[in-house]
Amino acid sequence: MKEDRFLTKGINPSKFHKISHIAIVVLVLVGFVWLSVHLIGLELDFGTLFQYRNRLWQGFLMTILISVGSLVVSLFIGLIAALGQEYKVLFLQYFCKTYVQIIRGTPLLVQIYFFYYIIGTAWGINNRYIAGIVILSLFEGAYIAEIIRGGIQSIDRQKYEIAISLGLTSYQTFRFVTFPLVLSRIIPALAGQFSSIIKDSSLLSVIAVIELTQTTQEISADNFRMFENYIFVGFLYFLLTFAVTTLSKKWEKRFHYERRI
Amino acid sequence: MNVEFKAISKYFQDQTALENVNFHDDVSSLAIIGPSGGGKSTLLRIMGGLISPSHGELLVDGRQLRFDRKSLQAYHKKVGFVFQSNGLFEHMTALENVTLPLVQSLGMDRKEAVHIADSLFERFGLHDQRSKHPYQMSGGQQQRVSIARAVSVKPVLLLLDEPTSALDPEYTADVLDMLRELQKEGLKTMIVTHEMGFAKHACEKLLFLSHHTVVEYGYSNDVFKNPKTHELQSFLDLVLEWKV
Repeated sequence: MKEDRFLTKGINPSKFHKISHIAIVVLVLVGFVWLSVHLIGLELDFGTLFQYRNRLWQGFLMTILISVGSLVVSLFIGLIAALGQEYKVLFLQYFCKTYVQIIRGTPLLVQIYFFYYIIGTAWGINNRYIAGIVILSLFEGAYIAEIIRGGIQSIDRQKYEIAISLGLTSYQTFRFVTFPLVLSRIIPALAGQFSSIIKDSSLLSVIAVIELTQTTQEISADNFRMFENYIFVGFLYFLLTFAVTTLSKKWEKRFHYERRI
Repeated sequence: MNVEFKAISKYFQDQTALENVNFHDDVSSLAIIGPSGGGKSTLLRIMGGLISPSHGELLVDGRQLRFDRKSLQAYHKKVGFVFQSNGLFEHMTALENVTLPLVQSLGMDRKEAVHIADSLFERFGLHDQRSKHPYQMSGGQQQRVSIARAVSVKPVLLLLDEPTSALDPEYTADVLDMLRELQKEGLKTMIVTHEMGFAKHACEKLLFLSHHTVVEYGYSNDVFKNPKTHELQSFLDLVLEWKV
């Protein structure tokens, strides 16, 4: 076999080796940021955020709530749009394809304004939080639809033929073959999408949903310490996405089945 | 099992796979041989109810087979199918692969299904593979688990689509030995194969398919000894050229 000189596959570094290299990465990054802050003569004082801890906590919880809510709703929308694109009723097929095209082809910010101020107002949806979750779900649903569709298409025809040859019904085929196989193949992409939902939820601040970013804007208007506020809020978002990534890696291992070609 | 192909043709878009195939006989062990692209796999897949013919009828024990999912479900309990390769579900262990049709198609209780699977594993030297996923097994082991799964439901007829063509020679012998044993027990088989030795010695009859239709049919020994057509003669010359 050809040796891959630049890939670590098969190489098992010692614990000391790992820790020392993590230390180098941290040192370089912290050093770079510290130097940059020092060069512009900025003095950071995160202590000033302490008095806003309750509001930050509320915003943090709201971001989690909106993200989890949007994840559930967007999975549902995504599944329907993915299946709808393959559905034999042409109207539904075109509808789902158009939805995915338009949503993926326009910025989230535009969609938030459009859906909230035009569609939402027209149909009397006044609750910002519900509107926020719905809008975010519509946006992420289009991406999730494509992830699910890719997952379904990655299953080769023979798997269905095996299911037929074993006398399984359509439902049994879905439950025991299609669903577990698709799930195992799309988990990494879905986790990435969930991280996006968490970050994208910050844009809902433009319709005054009091989540983490909006809270930070309000605090900034009060203490004028933009740098501390935004660095800290960035750290909070990172905590959330890091948790998602860690969890997804665990699941990925659990559901990983090597495929023989 | 009495099988009758009545003027069966199969087209894929503008490509012909089978053209007016006629065949009628009691099948006990039948080998289907012929050049690549001649329609062997297509014939077997129609027989297995995996694809439907474009024209013609398939009669099994005198009754016409209907190619809708409901009718086929009952049919698949009588007719098993073994694929060329990758015939197992990658997300299930060997045990789960074998018990799946027992529990889901036959409605057997799980304990009984596990018992049946274990006795098959024991018998065919597969007990070490019981809890392994397909990627942890060799190709030959995978293929033998596939066969174990197919026979676990006690089918009347087992169809095999080139079950050894993706295997190393030593695994090929393992798989063919297993098949031979099952045949001796009375399992009826229809096999598409390139193993001429197996076709000649382990299969009662032989069907030579070329250019999308049946060219020769008869007892294996006779057909191998006295090929009637130039086509079969040259095919045999070609495949046997390097045999020891």
